[in-house]
Amino acid sequence: MARAGELKESPSQTAGPYVHIGCTPNFAGLAMFGGDIGAVMKTGPVQGQEITIKGTVFDGAGTPLKDAMVEIWQADAAGLFNAVNEARGRADPNFTGFGRSPGDMETGEFVFETVKPGSVPFPDGRVQAPHISVWIVARGINIGLQTRLYFEDEEEANAADPLLTRIEHQNRVPTLLAKSEGDGVYRFDIHLQGPNETIFLDI
Amino acid sequence: MASDPPQGGYMARDRVWQPDALTPAYKTSVKRSPQAPLISFPSTLSEETSPVFGHDLIGPLDNDLILNFAQPGESAIGPRIIVHGRVSDETGRPVPGALVEFWQANAGGRYRHKKEGYIAPLDPNFGGCGRTITAADGTYEFRTVMPGPYPWPNGANDWRPAHIHFSLFGHGFAQRLITQMYFEGDPLIPLCPIVGALKSQAAVGALTAPLDMARTVPMDARAYRFDMVLRGRRQTYFENRAEGL
Repeated sequence: MARAGELKESPSQTAGPYVHIGCTPNFAGLAMFGGDIGAVMKTGPVQGQEITIKGTVFDGAGTPLKDAMVEIWQADAAGLFNAVNEARGRADPNFTGFGRSPGDMETGEFVFETVKPGSVPFPDGRVQAPHISVWIVARGINIGLQTRLYFEDEEEANAADPLLTRIEHQNRVPTLLAKSEGDGVYRFDIHLQGPNETIFLDI
Repeated sequence: MASDPPQGGYMARDRVWQPDALTPAYKTSVKRSPQAPLISFPSTLSEETSPVFGHDLIGPLDNDLILNFAQPGESAIGPRIIVHGRVSDETGRPVPGALVEFWQANAGGRYRHKKEGYIAPLDPNFGGCGRTITAADGTYEFRTVMPGPYPWPNGANDWRPAHIHFSLFGHGFAQRLITQMYFEGDPLIPLCPIVGALKSQAAVGALTAPLDMARTVPMDARAYRFDMVLRGRRQTYFENRAEGL
């Protein structure tokens, strides 16, 4: 798939076992930079429903990864991104939309304190169901994995979502659904391999 | 972040050029590689936007690994180098305002990490991480010490070539990339199973930084140039098909 006259994207390499040194140094025990980027998503009172997302990344043997880094990026409760190129309006100034979690050192469980996102339009103008973009890197992952988190309790919106409805293997769609555990807590486990392999996206 | 045209849409990532998920010689990939094909979709606002990482995030020593973990009056041990380059996208457009994070072993090849088991000594004055934001023309630079090569438990006698890890956060979540920089002339490069995940010599070459004598500081530091390329963005949303998909 050579594209003449264009540069090639830099080839990816694994983040290796020590990604935490570089991206969450304080978590790794290095008191640096006055804190870790993405550790806090809410910088003040936020609009919308505050939620907690918990999950674990599992390998093909069912073993939790303890050396992964998970990042999320999402719209605010009104569906707006806190981004320079957000042209549709001003996002909640107290919500960054960006989270980075190294997971627990013993269990590998990652946690994000965030808000339930609003809807974001698809390129053709259709409404997408509320979702969060997720990116996973770790030792053994040669190129970062993109996926999306949708919410199990948004059945109506999910049933009309342009991406979810176009997935041929509908039996795999539940791998993209965060399950409510009550009190605004959702669980989103990620399986890199196996019968419950998460759908990963090329977007 | 500097000026960023609101139009977007990322060009498809070239998965033939990028490494495969499963590369058995790199053993950890065997149980950590998805087996189903990736599901393809055009990028949406969710992937065409990214967080704001301003220059106010960066402290004065964040891009100086020789000093940013050192005691006052001391400095990291090892050959002093400058690493610099330009971040552009596949269309050659510079990527200003990109967050560039980097981490590496010390000059002896040891990381400052509790799981690190290599017998090489820790350098009390070296933390091993830094960060910067690309300038308006996409350039970046930092100062560090030459990292040492080190053994790792993959094969019975596998060694990583000297390398620096890079994390790049450009203008869209779809541009997110982690890679590694290698040093011109390192004989361990062709022996490394992680380098071996790259599928062509051209790809290895893209990650191998040449010595840059023009940027050396005499009696102080050598320099290496490492340019990086992020995914390209299309010019407009609905260029070809105003009706959408």
